Amino acid sequence: MMSLASLPTQFSCWWMVFRIALEERLAYRGDFALGTLMRFLPIITQIFLWSAVFESVNGRLAGYTLPDMIAYYLLSMLARAFSSMPGLASTVAKQIRDGEIKKFIIQPIDMIGFLLLGRVAHKIAYYTIATLPFALVFFLCRGYFSSGWPSADVLLAFLLSLVMAFLLGFFVDLCIGLIGFWFLEVSSLLFVYMLLNFFLSGHMFPLDLLGSWQFVVNFLPFKYLAYFPAAIFLGKIESSQLWIELGLEAVWLLGLICLARFLYARGLRRYSGYGG
Amino acid sequence: MAIISIENLSKSYRVYQKQEGLLAAVRGLWHREYRDVHAVRDVSLSVEQGEFVAFLGPNGAGKTTTLKLLSGVIYPSGGSANVLGYVPWKRENEYRRRFALVMGQKNQLWWDLPAQESFRLHEQIYRIPPEIFRHNLDELADLLAVQKLLGRPVRELSLGERMKMELIAALLHSPEVLFLDEPTIGLDVVAQHNIQRFLKYYQERRKITILLTSHYMKDIAALCKRVVVINDGAIQFDGSLSGIVDQFSSTQILRLQLAEGVSAEGLDRFASVESVELPKVTLRCNRQDVTRMLASILKQYEVADIAVEDPPLEEVIARLYEDHSSGGKYEAKTGEPSK
Repeated sequence: MMSLASLPTQFSCWWMVFRIALEERLAYRGDFALGTLMRFLPIITQIFLWSAVFESVNGRLAGYTLPDMIAYYLLSMLARAFSSMPGLASTVAKQIRDGEIKKFIIQPIDMIGFLLLGRVAHKIAYYTIATLPFALVFFLCRGYFSSGWPSADVLLAFLLSLVMAFLLGFFVDLCIGLIGFWFLEVSSLLFVYMLLNFFLSGHMFPLDLLGSWQFVVNFLPFKYLAYFPAAIFLGKIESSQLWIELGLEAVWLLGLICLARFLYARGLRRYSGYGG
Repeated sequence: MAIISIENLSKSYRVYQKQEGLLAAVRGLWHREYRDVHAVRDVSLSVEQGEFVAFLGPNGAGKTTTLKLLSGVIYPSGGSANVLGYVPWKRENEYRRRFALVMGQKNQLWWDLPAQESFRLHEQIYRIPPEIFRHNLDELADLLAVQKLLGRPVRELSLGERMKMELIAALLHSPEVLFLDEPTIGLDVVAQHNIQRFLKYYQERRKITILLTSHYMKDIAALCKRVVVINDGAIQFDGSLSGIVDQFSSTQILRLQLAEGVSAEGLDRFASVESVELPKVTLRCNRQDVTRMLASILKQYEVADIAVEDPPLEEVIARLYEDHSSGGKYEAKTGEPSK
């Protein structure tokens, strides 16, 4: 177990992992920058789409006006910039299949910590490129944010929800990847998850549109990946509920961390017994 | 005291027995038949500090499985092992800092980054003090002549260069025990030779203990005084390379150079004739008959030159493999999980 005295060495090790992951990301900066920028294209089609929808429903939908809806869309996109983990689950499953996972059995390093830091580096590389276009888009669309900036504590809750969205997204994807210990191929599972996630996280539309179904979706962790941060920013969450919800999110996060640890430990045991 | 001691180590897997054909595949969805595969059976072995031991055996003999057991990648189904005082599959960090495993077909380095960066990561992971890290890296890079390549992305290196980098990565933390799984696989003769020379030098200098598996007899002849032949998951031989020939080859080879004008006719009365390229004739006969045979040949033929040799090692070993595989039909599997 890690002792307090070994913390500085531990830290410098993780720092090196982070640095190298960042360097690796930047090795393909051209491709990376292009990929990042291409993700902004759907904004335009989304704005057209929602404009058309709102024209047909006389300007109001489940408490949202057209500007609200576009503001929601932009904010949920921001949330997804934190919570989406492209390639994580498939990489983990592939490492299990190819036996690359052995590296983490042989070397004195924890795989989950290693992957998490790699992701943080990945995201930071992404934000350095994406911040400017994000800022530009929000600036151009500032008219849609009719109620202006939220209060300081709402903003703080919003930031907190983004950080937790990142962690939650990481551990959900990691768990799916770790299922690769039992099934060699997780791509169809991943596909189902992405489809569900698309609806249940609020990525496609605000969860308020689900009507009575929202009650069910509320009990699932997926809403924290896109809907929740956007809803906080737009003041859709009552201030009395706000911190309770964040607490619940933390509980979900804790549960998923435990689940990932459990799957990893069990998976390694299976792997070691089975073949390696 | 032995640095590696293995007692009655066994590893068997249950594998899903696939039937041929679509119908059987559909039936397999409900009803699965399993079969036990014994990859390692009752292996006992003791290795002293500073030994360089080769594992020899055909594909699927259990060599790699044994190395995986000793590095703690897999659990055994029976028996015990102790390396440097640790039980490998307990995976204690202290143990992990004291050994290394290099697999010729696996890449541990970061593909898109210079090897140097992977090395610096190892410096941290293995907590190598900076001055020792510098010293080891300089020494290893000099020995392997790759100083100039340290800054080049790994993906741009040749297979031989990459293997050298893999070895550096594995040796930076000065492991006391090194497991090498076919380190020269796929390399050209020059690269193979370079790596052999390096391993020999490094092992002698540092007095580390190395277990190596290889298919190349040259690797083994150049490096290891002790050879362990594994087949069907069990040890068939443990001793020196020349001991294999003594123990497993009952024949010897006679090379005659006949005097000018002498015909080879009739030589097959004495021994089986392997080849005739006058004036050279190659014969093979049982070990115990050699002297008697030579005397009679010399009596009846005029011979310019004569030599008695052991059969080539490759041949002896190939025969050794065949003998055992025809004895009992066990399928041994060492590859990736097969589900």
